[in-house]
Amino acid sequence: MFDFLESGQYDVLGAFWVTVQLTLYSAAGSLIWGTVLAGMRVSPVPLMRGFGTAYVNVVRNTPLTVLILACSLGLSQTLGVNLGGDTFKETGFRLAVLGLTAYTGTFVCEALRSGINTVPVGQAEAARALGLSFFQVLTLIVLPQAFRAVIAPLTNVLIALTKNTTVAATIGVAEAALLMKEMIENEPQALFAVFAVFALGFLVLTLPTGLLLGWVAKRVAVKR
Amino acid sequence: MTSVLYDAPGPKAKARNWIYSGIFIVLLGLALWWALSLMAEKGQLDADKWSPFVTDSQVWTTFLIPGLLETLKAGAIAMVIALPLGALLGIGRLSDHAWVRGPVGAVVEFFRAIPVLMLMLFSFALYSRYTALPSDVRPLYACVTGLVLYNASVIAEIVRAGVLSLPRGQTDAAKAIGMRKGQSMVHVLIPQAVTAMLPALVSQLVVILKDTALAGALLGLAELLSMARQISANYANTIATLFVIALIYIVVNFALTSLASWLESRQRKSKKSTGAVVAGDVAEVDAGGAAGVGEAP
Repeated sequence: MFDFLESGQYDVLGAFWVTVQLTLYSAAGSLIWGTVLAGMRVSPVPLMRGFGTAYVNVVRNTPLTVLILACSLGLSQTLGVNLGGDTFKETGFRLAVLGLTAYTGTFVCEALRSGINTVPVGQAEAARALGLSFFQVLTLIVLPQAFRAVIAPLTNVLIALTKNTTVAATIGVAEAALLMKEMIENEPQALFAVFAVFALGFLVLTLPTGLLLGWVAKRVAVKR
Repeated sequence: MTSVLYDAPGPKAKARNWIYSGIFIVLLGLALWWALSLMAEKGQLDADKWSPFVTDSQVWTTFLIPGLLETLKAGAIAMVIALPLGALLGIGRLSDHAWVRGPVGAVVEFFRAIPVLMLMLFSFALYSRYTALPSDVRPLYACVTGLVLYNASVIAEIVRAGVLSLPRGQTDAAKAIGMRKGQSMVHVLIPQAVTAMLPALVSQLVVILKDTALAGALLGLAELLSMARQISANYANTIATLFVIALIYIVVNFALTSLASWLESRQRKSKKSTGAVVAGDVAEVDAGGAAGVGEAP
């Protein structure tokens, strides 16, 4: 039943490796972009707050598929911005990372913002009383505590991101979902086996992430 | 401005904020100028690329509105099926009997861990191989099946969180007047949990609507996003088309998101409710929804 795995025709592990890479690059990108957005949304400069709010509301309500297609069809094919990838494969990968980062950043931002709310008022007040500037209050006092409080929600964002990487299949990035589609078409007799293999792959990717980071979240949580 | 992160700005801070605003506006302007000049260079700003959406009503009547209707239809069917199914699964997870709790928990965790796209692809193949569904409705069935499987398990978690969010006294009181577990669930807990869950359920609708776009891109469901290809094939205006389609999604979803946060704030203020609210962010895809997220206190 699982002989399609032995034929050497399909590189299942390779496809999942692309999924993992997509996840890791986009996770790093959206962590940075989300933190910047969260900083903007709580900053004293009204214009930056407005931009942050508008960005989050617009991007969060757009389907990820539209964003990734816009990166591929709009940015790359129509406007010719190719992010320096040499091959078609590389270009698609980078465009997918861009789309995933733009989308996931909004969720990181909102998670962080709720984390900022968990930091007691006195902390920021004490910091201000010491004469720290807004930027210092945010980066030295509030964000380090907020990050420790939001590891659990961020884990959910990371798991959602792992599953969302499958959307990159719409622009032909050779990750797990695209290979599954191809295998379903070529091996119609092994439909259930193919699905089982890929389902298992995602269970293996998401379950340990949840358990591990859940444990980390408990360990580093600020005891109050 | 009621933020603890900074003081009410004095004259100096106000001046500084103006400077930062200025710098920020210049940066934004530069980015915008770069994007626009790039588009102008490729002729994407020409009036004939954008005018069809205003002058040619056919773009709306043949493509955009039917597409939007298909999106809404798929989303509505999926929600209507997923709601009762999710409620059942959620109640099953709360069961006293391990032989109900265990399997239901496994099912919920399984379907939550699998990407919706894979569920859609799988059910599409399943329908084409093992059923006699005509090929024109197959994408819709596959899309709805994928959405139902995934969202029922998410809704199950919302229901569970909703019931667990109720004060313990509710169960105790029901027990005290002699209700059995099932009775207290049906008559006491669920009705209250439903109001507590309402915001989360409305935000889940946004997630469902966004996910229908997947079936358009990979299964050929004639929903809103799939119209992009047809419109840009007719008018050669990829960017304008994607822009308008994104705008429609944003308007619809923003209305739903706003409804969810309005429901939630009403819930928090209401004297009748137990004060329990399941935040929109229970649904992991929509982590950090409208709930609990506001200006710093």
